[in-house]
Amino acid sequence: MKGTMQEPEVTLELARQHGLSEEEYEQIQKLIGRKPNYTELGMFSVMWSEHCSYKNSILLLKTLPKDGEYVLAKAGEENAGLVDIGDGLAVAFKIESHNHPSAVEPYQGAATGVGGILRDIFSMGARPVAALNSLRFGSLDDPHVRYLFRGVVHGIGDYGNCFGVPTVAGEVYFDPSYRGNPLVNAMAVGIVKHDRIVRAVARGEGARVFLIGSSTGRDGIHGATFASEDLSEESEAKRPQVQVGDPFTEKLLLEATLEMAKEDCVIGIQDMGAAGITCSTSEMSAAGHAGMVIELDKVPLREADMIPYEILLSESQERMLVVAKPGKEEKIKQICEKWDLHAAEIGKVTERNQQLQVFWHGKKVVDIPADSLVVGGGAPQYERESRRPEYIERLHGEDLRALPHPLDLADTLLKLLESPNIANKSWVYHQYDHTVRTNTVVAPGADAAVIRIKGTKKGLAMKTDCNSRYVYLNPRRGTAIAVAESARNVVCAGGEPVAITNCLNFGNPYNPEIYWQFKEAIAGMREACSYLGTPVTGGNVSFYNENPDGAIHPTPTIGMLGILEDINHATTAWFKQEGDLIVLLGRNLEEVGGSEYLAVIHGKVSGDCPQLDLQRELQVQTACLKAIREGLVQSAHDVADGGVAVALAESCIMNRERPLGASVELTGYFRADFCLFGESQSQIVLSLKGAHLPRLTEICNEYNVAMRVIGEVGGERLRIGELVDVSLQDMMDRYYNAIPEKMRIVAIE
Amino acid sequence: MKCGVVVFPGSNCDHDLYHVLKHVMGLDTRFVWHKEHDLADLDAVFLPGGFSYGDYLRTGAIARFSPVMTEVIEFAKKGRPVLGICNGFQILCESGLLPGALLRNRNLDFICKSIYIRVESENTVFTGACRQGQVLKMPIAHGDGNFFVDEATLAELEERQQVIFRYCTAEGEVNAEANPNGSLNNIAGICNRKRNVVGMMPHPERASEAVLGSDDGRWIFQSLVVAALDVVS
Repeated sequence: MKGTMQEPEVTLELARQHGLSEEEYEQIQKLIGRKPNYTELGMFSVMWSEHCSYKNSILLLKTLPKDGEYVLAKAGEENAGLVDIGDGLAVAFKIESHNHPSAVEPYQGAATGVGGILRDIFSMGARPVAALNSLRFGSLDDPHVRYLFRGVVHGIGDYGNCFGVPTVAGEVYFDPSYRGNPLVNAMAVGIVKHDRIVRAVARGEGARVFLIGSSTGRDGIHGATFASEDLSEESEAKRPQVQVGDPFTEKLLLEATLEMAKEDCVIGIQDMGAAGITCSTSEMSAAGHAGMVIELDKVPLREADMIPYEILLSESQERMLVVAKPGKEEKIKQICEKWDLHAAEIGKVTERNQQLQVFWHGKKVVDIPADSLVVGGGAPQYERESRRPEYIERLHGEDLRALPHPLDLADTLLKLLESPNIANKSWVYHQYDHTVRTNTVVAPGADAAVIRIKGTKKGLAMKTDCNSRYVYLNPRRGTAIAVAESARNVVCAGGEPVAITNCLNFGNPYNPEIYWQFKEAIAGMREACSYLGTPVTGGNVSFYNENPDGAIHPTPTIGMLGILEDINHATTAWFKQEGDLIVLLGRNLEEVGGSEYLAVIHGKVSGDCPQLDLQRELQVQTACLKAIREGLVQSAHDVADGGVAVALAESCIMNRERPLGASVELTGYFRADFCLFGESQSQIVLSLKGAHLPRLTEICNEYNVAMRVIGEVGGERLRIGELVDVSLQDMMDRYYNAIPEKMRIVAIE
Repeated sequence: MKCGVVVFPGSNCDHDLYHVLKHVMGLDTRFVWHKEHDLADLDAVFLPGGFSYGDYLRTGAIARFSPVMTEVIEFAKKGRPVLGICNGFQILCESGLLPGALLRNRNLDFICKSIYIRVESENTVFTGACRQGQVLKMPIAHGDGNFFVDEATLAELEERQQVIFRYCTAEGEVNAEANPNGSLNNIAGICNRKRNVVGMMPHPERASEAVLGSDDGRWIFQSLVVAALDVVS
C-alpha cells in the first residue's frame, strides 16, 4: 500500500526546501520544544508562508486605520470585514488575490479565486450579493496574454454565474509590467442580519468539530507556499498545485451554511482555503484560546492512500470547518444531508489544552500549540530593509513640457478611447451574470456599481480601483489616489464611502526597493483612509509578483464600499437629456505624469503622478454627494484615465442605446493636450438642468469647491472649443470595438 | 391563487422568482423542494433559472430526473400552468414537456445583457395580458440559449403558433442582429400544444421593478393573474 511510504527525516535542508529559513526552523524547535516531524514541518511551512502569515507585511498593516463609526469586525479579526449599515443589517466584504494560480492555469486559478472569496463571506453567515474583480494583464497584442485574459474571464464567469452571485463591477488594466504575472483580485460582498453573524472561532470544551462539503484530495497541496515565491520557468510545472473549482458544491455549501446560521447551530465556522485543515483548525483554535483534537481517519478522502501530511495540507475547495453548538450536531447532519453534502465529525475542541493534536491510524501524528502556527501567535513578523529606488528620481526629473504637441487632438482622443485601458469592457462583463438576485440598479460599465438592499430604502455602491502607474511613480501618493478615486467613484454613484478592503500586489519583499514601495504605499493608504474616514477592514497581501523579466508595477487595489441612504440617489455617469448644463467640479492642473495619454500617445511611463490634496478631495466629494442627494444631478462622472476629454466622451457614449453629444468650452489652458488629457485628481463632470445651477453654486461655495459651467448636452458630436470635434459614431466605434477586435484574433488562432 | 417555485440543487433564481411573485405581484407563493411529491395546493408551477446540479453534464439533463419532475409532468398534463425560465426552459425541454433543445450560444460565451423580445402570441396563460407584437425589455443570462429543433418540428411550432417570444430590436424588428445566441428563427420562448407550458430564456423576474431598469417582465406574471381572474369569473 502506498500510504505506508517512509516519511523523510526532518533536517534543516528539508526545512529550507519547504521555504523556511534557518532562523525560522530554529524558532519552530523552540516553540514546540523538539524537532518537528515531517507532518508538522509541512504545517509550519505553509502557515508561516508569506501567504498565510503575512510575516513581511503585518507590522506595517497594523499601522492602517481600522476603527470607524460603522465597523463591526476589524481587519484581521474575522474571515472578512464587517460593516453596520443600519436596519439590523451588516455587510461583509473582502478582496483577495489569486495571481500565481491564474498565471499558470488561468481558468481554474481565477475560478477558485472567486470561490475562496465567496466562502470568506458566507462563512460569516452572510449571503453574497455582489462580486467584483480587478484584473491586470500584459498587452493584448501578445497571444499568451490573450490566452490568460480569456481563461481568467471564463473562470470568473463560470464560477460566479453557476453560484448565482452577480458580478457587478471591476476594472481591467493592461500594462507590459503584468506580462508574465497577471493579477487576479476577486472581491465579494455579502449581507447578514446582526443576530446571524458567525465568527471564526472554536470554543467550548468537547464541542464537536465537523468538516463540511467536498471530500479531500491531493489538489492544491502547498498552494500557499507556491503563492509565496517568484514565478519562474518552473512555475508551469506547479500547475497541479492549482486547485479545481466546483461552483455547484459551493452553492450547496452556501445554502447549508446559511441554514446552519439561521438554525443557530454553530459556535464558529471558517472556510478552508489556503493550507486547508491546518489553517482552519489552528486559526479557529487560536482565536478561541483553545485547542483541538482531530482524527484524520474521519476525513472523507478522494484517494484512500493519502498520508497525514497530504490530508492536512490539501487545498481541496468547497470545504468548511464547523464547530457545533452542543445539542445541534444532529441538526447540522440533517441540513447537510438535505443539501447532499458530507458532514464528517472529525474532532472536538479542547479548552483546557491549547494544543492542536492530530491522530491517524491510532497514532498521534501532530502535537503542537495551535497558537504557534498563526499570525499574531508564533508566526514570525519582520520589518525588512527598504531603499528608495533610483528610477523614481530619474522619472520624476523628465521634462514633460518638452513633449511634442499632437497634430490632431480629435484623433488623439479617438486613440485614447480605443486604448484597452479606457475602451468599454463589455466583452468582459457580458460574460458575467450581473443581474441575478434582482438587485442590480447600476450595472457594470459605470463609475461604481449600485445594488439595492431588499426590504430597505438603502443601496450599496462598490468599486475596485488602482492606477498602478501612479503607484509605480509615487507609491505613497499613488496609493492615496487609489483610495481617493475609488471613493470618488462611489460618490458619483450616489453613495457615501464607508470602508475599504485592500489587495496589496507587490514584487519580492526581500528586495529593499520593493519593500520601500510597499512601505510607502501603506503610508499613503493610511493618510487617505484616515482623512476620508474610510477605515481598512481587511484584505490580502500578495508578494512575489515577479518573473524573470522583473516585478509588476506595485498594485495596491482598493475595494471601496459605500452606502446609499436612499436607492433613488443612484446616479450614473452618462448624459441624460439635451439642453442639460455640463459642470466641471475641481481644478484642472494639466498634469500628464503617469497618464494614459503619455503611455498611449508618447509611449512613456514617466513624470510624477498627479497631485492630491485630501482636503480638496473631500470637499469635492461632499459637495457632489450633497448635490446628488438633493436631486440636482442628472449625471456624475469622475475624471480619471484620459482626463477631462475622455470623461466627457464617456458621458456622451456610455449609454450605448442613447448616446448624446455635447458642446464644451475649455478656456485659460496652458497647453491644450495637457488640459484635455491630463489626469488631475478631485475633478467630477456633472450634468444638470439649468434650473438647478443656482443651488449647485451655493453648495459649491459652501464647501469651497471650484466649479465651472463648461458646456451643454446635445447634438450628435462632441465639440470641445476649437480643439476637438468628433462624431458620436466615431467615438463609439473605437470605444466599443477595441477589445472585441483584439479578442477576435484569438478565435482564429 | 397559489404559486410554487421549484428549488433544485443549484437553482439560483428561485429567490428572485419568489420575490417577484410574492412581494411584487402579491401572490401566495411557496418554494417546492425538488424531492417533494405533492403539488395539489398549487395553481401554477415555476421552474427557475440557475445551474441545476451544476449543469456539468448538459443543461437540465439531471434535473429532469428529480423526484418532483414526475409531479410537474402530471401537473402539466392536467393543463395547469407551468413556466420555465432559463434553466427552467432547458429542464422543460429535457423532460419532454417542450420540444427542442438549448444549445451552446453561437459565440460559445456566456451572455448577460439586456435584450428585447417580441410577443408573438397572446394565446397562453403567461401572455394573455400582452398584445401581439408588443416589445418587452428584459435581461438574458445564459451560456446555452441557442434554441434548436428539427425542421419538421420547427415548421409545426410556427404553424401552430407555439413560438411565443422572439428576440428583436428595440423597435420590434426581428432580424439577425437582434439574435443574441443563434436561436433558430430568433426564438426566445415557446409553448406546448396545449399552451399551458411555456419556456423562455430571458428573465422576466429580473425586469419586474422599475428600479432595475425595466418592469416589462410584469406582463408575464400579470397575465397569469388575469387568467386566474377569468377562471374565477
